[in-house]
Amino acid sequence: MSTVSDAPDAVLDRPAKSRAWAKFRAHRIGMFGAGLVGFFVILAILAPILPIQDPIATDWGAVRQPPSSTYWLGADEIGRDLLSRMIWGAQASLLAGVVSVGIALGLGVPLGIIAGYFGGWTDAVISRCTEALLAMPFLILAIALAAFLGPSLTNAMLAIGIAATPVFIRITRGQVLSVAAEDYVESARAIGLPTHLILRRYILPNVLPPILVQATLTIATAIIAEASLSFLGLGQQPPAPSWGSMLNTAKNFLAQAPLMALWPGIAIFVVVLGFNLLGDGLRDALDPRSD
Amino acid sequence: MFVFFLRRLLVAVPTLILISIFVFLLQQLLPGDPVLAMAGEDRDLATLAALRERYGLNETLPVQYWVWISAVLQGDFGTSIRSGEPILDLILQKLPVTLQLAAMSLAFAMLIGIPMGIVSAVNKGTKIDLAANVIALSGLSIPNFWLGIMLILLVSVRWQLFPASGYVPPSEDFWQSIRTMLMPSFVLGTGLAAALMRHTRSSMLEVLRQDYVRTARAKGLTERRVVLRHAFRNALTPIVTLTALLFGELVAGAVLTEQIFTIPGFGKLIVDAVFNRDYAVVQGVVLVTAFGFIFMNLLADMAYVLLNPRLRHAR
Repeated sequence: MSTVSDAPDAVLDRPAKSRAWAKFRAHRIGMFGAGLVGFFVILAILAPILPIQDPIATDWGAVRQPPSSTYWLGADEIGRDLLSRMIWGAQASLLAGVVSVGIALGLGVPLGIIAGYFGGWTDAVISRCTEALLAMPFLILAIALAAFLGPSLTNAMLAIGIAATPVFIRITRGQVLSVAAEDYVESARAIGLPTHLILRRYILPNVLPPILVQATLTIATAIIAEASLSFLGLGQQPPAPSWGSMLNTAKNFLAQAPLMALWPGIAIFVVVLGFNLLGDGLRDALDPRSD
Repeated sequence: MFVFFLRRLLVAVPTLILISIFVFLLQQLLPGDPVLAMAGEDRDLATLAALRERYGLNETLPVQYWVWISAVLQGDFGTSIRSGEPILDLILQKLPVTLQLAAMSLAFAMLIGIPMGIVSAVNKGTKIDLAANVIALSGLSIPNFWLGIMLILLVSVRWQLFPASGYVPPSEDFWQSIRTMLMPSFVLGTGLAAALMRHTRSSMLEVLRQDYVRTARAKGLTERRVVLRHAFRNALTPIVTLTALLFGELVAGAVLTEQIFTIPGFGKLIVDAVFNRDYAVVQGVVLVTAFGFIFMNLLADMAYVLLNPRLRHAR
């Protein structure tokens, strides 16, 4: 029987990190997703220096104008350039996705590690609270939190981040439980390494891969959630551009200017699809069983 | 089974208590005095004092919680500052509308998602599998409120086939009620169909690898019989469990769907309450939704035991 170490496969001979990277590069759908995400990230970053119009400047002569050489994607109900608003909207959406998942990771991972590693009462309390939060549907919780915090993009990100936290607590806890039972962690304990060192050096690096996959997929969910909250008027406030709020306005002009509703929807769909494909690719690349 | 149900119910009690504490604490997030928010525009001193008295807001936080939860347990969720109606009555009025939408969406999701998952698993690695996966991922990535807007544009505005908004109760005109709900349930069911398809596919792939499936094939049974009678029946348990757990997604998705199609349901109630600063209604809706989710969890657990004879006999 051949073992992993003497397998002739060049991919298997590499260290785990570069093996995962090689597998990811070979994952065409995942790479396509990464390309889509990369495109929107570059667009969002370059928004301030791109030669586009001011996203909040109005032109009353261009109200609900179809695409033209001046307004490539057309103009909205008060004559603002849709292309410019779409590009600046990408910034709001991606920022919301990344920041809210950052909040969820920042809260969820430490709590999950504490619950999984220390067990006992600490675990019981954290796990029950997680279950209770998971019982409240993600969007309903986000809407309720955003409503009580007040409507703004910052509060929407905070609300989405808090609503997404229990998923990360649960995943991290489960991973820590399985990693903490490994021999190398036992050995680290036996030689008397302090707990914080064991957590940082042995537990955290080994629980990260599934968390990374979940984080990527949650960014997709968070982008839809931000668009939903902005669509309801609880996220980005006018006149600042956001794909969700653009859709909210566009629904009132469906018969007169259908393109106003088309562009933001396609953008949300493509960027969310990108993150979902990227997440699927990462899952396959980081799953040791798929070797 | 009854003992099992009771045991699960007891396990759920601490979660229910924690949920109620979270929902109660929501009002602490309000900047400033919660009474000012509760009173809305009616801000005379007597009203403020009455509200403070009613909710025990001069007391400590644990006492306030006790006052609130005691009232909730007796069915008193408070009164809507907007309509003046008891919140429980409002919820009970709107709930059947959302349940109809949820049931039709779920039926649609199951009709599309499960067969697609089976076909995809049976044809693993082929173009059919790839196409099914692309459709499912697209279904998961499409924002349902945008899908709703696009459908209104095409089906209602351009082709004038279905109404763009409104609701007819089934008791009034059954077929008209189904007709008005078709488009919203398609919109709400799309994401769920995608989730069900992916779940059915992985569940079927797991089962199709088993020895008994190989034995069934070796016996010379037709592929159709192997897939439907032997594989699908065994793959069904996790699918049913997931379906029960989709309740949360359905209610959350209903918020936007009802908003777009102007359906006077549970989702619209919470959005209207948010904009009317009717915070007690928001709390009531969140609480009832979370309790509903726990109840559906219980049902899922019971379905799991009922559908799996090994677990049934183990008990």
